[in-house]
Amino acid sequence: MIIKTIFAFINAAIIQGIPLLFGATGEIITEKSGNLNLGIPGIMYVGGISGIIGGYLYEHSGAELNPALCILIPLLSSIAGSVLMALIYSFLTVTLRVNQNVTGLALTTFGVGIGNFFGGSLLSFFGETGSISLMTTGLCFKAKLPLYDYLVSLGEPFATFAETFLSFGFLAYLAVIIAIVASFFLKRTKAGLNLRSIGENPATADAAGISVVKYKYLSTLIGGAIAGLGGLYFVMDYTGGAWTNNGFGDRGWLAIAIVIFAIWRPSMGILSSFLFGGLYILCVYIPGLSSSTKELINMLPYVVTILVLVIVSMRKKKENQPPASLGLPYFREER
Amino acid sequence: MNRTEKHQREPLIHITRRADIPLAKAWLIRLAAIVSALIVCSLLIVAITNYNPIEVFVKMAEGSLGSPRKLMFLLQELSMLLCISVAVTPAFKMKFWNLGAEGQVLVGGLASAACMFYAKDSIPNALLIFLMLAAGIASGMIWALIPAVFKSVWGTNESLFTLMMNYVAMQLVAFFIMVWVPNGSNVMGIINMNSQNGWLPDLFGQKYLINIIIVFILTVVMFIYLKYSKQGYEISVVGGSQNTARYIGIDVKKVIIRTMLISGAICGLAGFLLVSGTNHTISKELAGGMGFTAIMVSWLAKFNPLLMIVTSFLIVFLQRGAGEIATAFRLNTSVADIITGIIIFFIIGCEFFINYKINFRTSKERREAKQ
Amino acid sequence: MATASIELKDISKRFGRILANDKVCLTAYSGEILALLGENGSGKTTLMNMISGIYYPDEGQILINGEEAVIRSPKEAFDYGIGMIHQHFKLVDIFSAAENIVLGLNEHRRYNLKEIKARVSEIIEKYGFELDPSKKIYDMSVSEKQTVEIIKVLYRGADILILDEPTAVLTLQEIQKLFEILRRMRDDGKTIIIITHKLQEVLELSDRVTVLRKGRYIGTVDTASTSESELTEMMVGKKISLNITRTEPNNPTDRLTVSGLECIDRDGRKVIDGVSFTARSGEILGIAGIAGSGQRELLEAIAGLQHIQNGSVVYHDPKTGIDEELRGKSPIQIRELGVRLSFVPEDRLGMGLVGNMDIIDNMMLRSYKRGRSMFVERKGPKDLANTIIEQLEVVTPSAETPVRKLSGGNVQKVLVGREISASPTVLMAAYPVRGLDINSSYAIYNLLNDQKKNGASVIFVGEDLDVLVELCDRIMVIGSGRIMGILDGRTASKNEIGFLMTKSQHGGPAE
Repeated sequence: MIIKTIFAFINAAIIQGIPLLFGATGEIITEKSGNLNLGIPGIMYVGGISGIIGGYLYEHSGAELNPALCILIPLLSSIAGSVLMALIYSFLTVTLRVNQNVTGLALTTFGVGIGNFFGGSLLSFFGETGSISLMTTGLCFKAKLPLYDYLVSLGEPFATFAETFLSFGFLAYLAVIIAIVASFFLKRTKAGLNLRSIGENPATADAAGISVVKYKYLSTLIGGAIAGLGGLYFVMDYTGGAWTNNGFGDRGWLAIAIVIFAIWRPSMGILSSFLFGGLYILCVYIPGLSSSTKELINMLPYVVTILVLVIVSMRKKKENQPPASLGLPYFREER
Repeated sequence: MNRTEKHQREPLIHITRRADIPLAKAWLIRLAAIVSALIVCSLLIVAITNYNPIEVFVKMAEGSLGSPRKLMFLLQELSMLLCISVAVTPAFKMKFWNLGAEGQVLVGGLASAACMFYAKDSIPNALLIFLMLAAGIASGMIWALIPAVFKSVWGTNESLFTLMMNYVAMQLVAFFIMVWVPNGSNVMGIINMNSQNGWLPDLFGQKYLINIIIVFILTVVMFIYLKYSKQGYEISVVGGSQNTARYIGIDVKKVIIRTMLISGAICGLAGFLLVSGTNHTISKELAGGMGFTAIMVSWLAKFNPLLMIVTSFLIVFLQRGAGEIATAFRLNTSVADIITGIIIFFIIGCEFFINYKINFRTSKERREAKQ
Repeated sequence: MATASIELKDISKRFGRILANDKVCLTAYSGEILALLGENGSGKTTLMNMISGIYYPDEGQILINGEEAVIRSPKEAFDYGIGMIHQHFKLVDIFSAAENIVLGLNEHRRYNLKEIKARVSEIIEKYGFELDPSKKIYDMSVSEKQTVEIIKVLYRGADILILDEPTAVLTLQEIQKLFEILRRMRDDGKTIIIITHKLQEVLELSDRVTVLRKGRYIGTVDTASTSESELTEMMVGKKISLNITRTEPNNPTDRLTVSGLECIDRDGRKVIDGVSFTARSGEILGIAGIAGSGQRELLEAIAGLQHIQNGSVVYHDPKTGIDEELRGKSPIQIRELGVRLSFVPEDRLGMGLVGNMDIIDNMMLRSYKRGRSMFVERKGPKDLANTIIEQLEVVTPSAETPVRKLSGGNVQKVLVGREISASPTVLMAAYPVRGLDINSSYAIYNLLNDQKKNGASVIFVGEDLDVLVELCDRIMVIGSGRIMGILDGRTASKNEIGFLMTKSQHGGPAE
């Protein structure tokens, strides 16, 4: 019985961790270019609502629903929405050199506003009432891998394994794959080296002939798109195609916390996300907790993150520090 | 040499830092930015709702300024936003990115609420209010002190640290609400509803007047403190160059910690005012994002507390107005956040055109050709 | 003659109101070392930054191998085969040498660090460098970092190498090694441009010399047919015997006694190692040495800005006759003792002034604490600002102008003016004429002499030996944080000082 609970807990931790992983990977890629994008929580809202809008329009287009399109249309519209948001951030901070903190916070206000506005009014634009629920699209996103059915058919212990680790829609696996690819990209590729150099020392990168502007834009846009998928996963897979205002909560900030916790490494981000996901729902799985203790447990991820931040700064190991130019604008002819 | 080829290969846009810009021109650029922002908002409103945007803007103005009651609400919200903006400003001037105002306000409010909750009617109102004030300010200070100490001793990144502290504070509030309201409703009702013990009294029959007066006095004091006091001068020096500060013998660590204590104390005061003067209760949403909005307000005003009266008015006006049109036109209230976002984007973006000059090669060459 | 590998025609560049380059011309051929000579602030670096794509010229043409080139970015400069080694190294601290070397490179090969290291090792062997490609930059000495920079441009196949003041931070041995490598590259057919203001190096190393003065092109001469005096004349405009006045010390008494001073830097290395000397009133004590030999740390230790590991700094108060120990006291505590110690640090806007504040507020830095009021008093500083602007002829729109908007010379006048306004009993100045034109420099020398006459003990850290031997009463030579000798300024020769400066270098790099 206990074992079963533990497996159920692991499964739930992963489910909770997936949106965080998308957000954290996106933010790590962004921060590696020296852009501290505090607009990520807003971008994740927009990523979610854009997918909802795309899916809604398709489901209500009257056409016969094609499962591939059911996935593709929300996916592309989610990416388009997040990229637009990241574009606002890049244009303001990179091209117009506005303070990154101020821009990021404004973007989060804006993004959460967009999410809640369209989430709350989409139906009324089409003369409907009630709340958004895209059953068909949600089911497409929730579709499990064929391997899952096969393992379940083999009986225990394979069934439990499949139930725990393989019961997700494709976006969950995509999150892990993206994190692994990002890790490989940063560590083992030329472009990854270039990107890291910009976050550390943009003047050096510039002198080495790397286009600082191009890399900052691209990493912020790609990072934004990845983070937005976290929003999409939440609305499509986790809630099965339903939107609740503020339903995504403060997961965006938790993703930023994971970036610190994982000391800016996407591979560390995978486990950290699942760990944070676990902490997020831990209280449900510990029997006999008072509701007040639950709130204290919910505090844990942030406390742990602060501890990591403090320990890293005290140990002063150069490789573990935040990117050296994080938060600073760059202008070549400054003097 | 091939003239046309050279012409094509030269960079089209060439950006240089401006040495100086006339004040009038700078304000013209800012005005243009606000106008463009309003145009974009109008287009958005038309696209979404098909309503006449002028009509919508008139409704907005009515919604936020239309009646004495509405005006009072506006002033109340303005004063709280202004209070938090004033709080974060000294830290920002020192280039200490305190993104933790939200949390500092929350713990301030929490401490005040705790005093109210536990004292109930056992002590006289004046004493209770004093206790709440002291507890609120002290907790705000502690919340700010922690990241400040780590920043000054170990150089811990303060923006990330203070950001995380916000959520610790939120969970702390959630925890105490659970302790105080064991029925699981998750909502703390109005505290001391009947006795009104610990409530700031009405002034001239106006509910929020005390809040408003305190904050406006505080704003002026902060302006004077930053501009004319020795400590304010030290803040400017530390913000300008930490090495120069050390060179003249300023203890940089002390200034960072002292300034963050001031920042935290005012945030704590804001928390107290929100609990004792405005809401008479506590919730995770006590600060309601004002801790973040305040950062924008302070930045837009270039860290000048008096200018913050204008910038915070702008933001509160937009939010209340947008809230009004949301009800009037049956839109979602989040439209306020969208409009605020757009306007901030335009205002912060326009600073670029004040600080930098854009030179177009082609137009210059054309001029030369004409001569 | 063959086509020049690089030719600049009438290049101009302006920063705000400052004209940094005014119609400058320059030609360099492959297989030669061209020295670009000029005083500090003559526009050498600005000019080279335009070749390497950091700045874009306002006017003029650049020809590479006879073809017009438009260099909009460092990347395009690489495409033309141009590589610049900056004075401030452009390296990423947490990367290894090899990673820094390939940074930004567009190779069609797969990114493979092992292969890259092998290719780096080839270059190391070919020209005789000493470097471990896997070493992280933050573990490296200055000379190693410079090696990384040079290999970086060679790896990219640069044919035109520009070196900005490459010897400023090196020891004598390291300089000789560098010169050998540069000669080997020249023989390999590379074009080498070396920016410098040290005549001796120009004569030793280069084939031809191009001289700039105040942003203008003066001329180009063959090294073989020129002389130190001709170059000096081209550089400064007129033949100079410096003619700095030097009065006899006026009744010198001991003012500051430093004994057995030891300081360590962040990495635990001794930067000041057993320094003892006495500075006297009414004299100028010069400090000579290769840059980075501990001059900055020594002055900062005296001023209370550097933690003193061992030893003492004793101030003899001329009024009371009491000896005060300054070790372990902060600048403010030192002032509270009644010690009028003024300090003009080397990095003016980084330490000494606040760039974003106006002249008046910068005047207040020293005096703002005065009085019991919690508010600052601006009247005194305002008068002081106006007096300094008037007496030192500071060029500024007003006293309310932020100092970062002033030119280098004017910034220095503001700083020196403030420091001497307190009628100091000890005045320390580190490189006070760095980046200043001749006239401003003389104005500063006169100010130092005035302080000497007033009975102050002046400690002057300089880099120009000609100035040191003409200005100072005594010259203390410092090397690797140790005193190499104290000479009489009236009898010391430049050679003698130069010998002492470099004598210490046997024990390895100074940095």
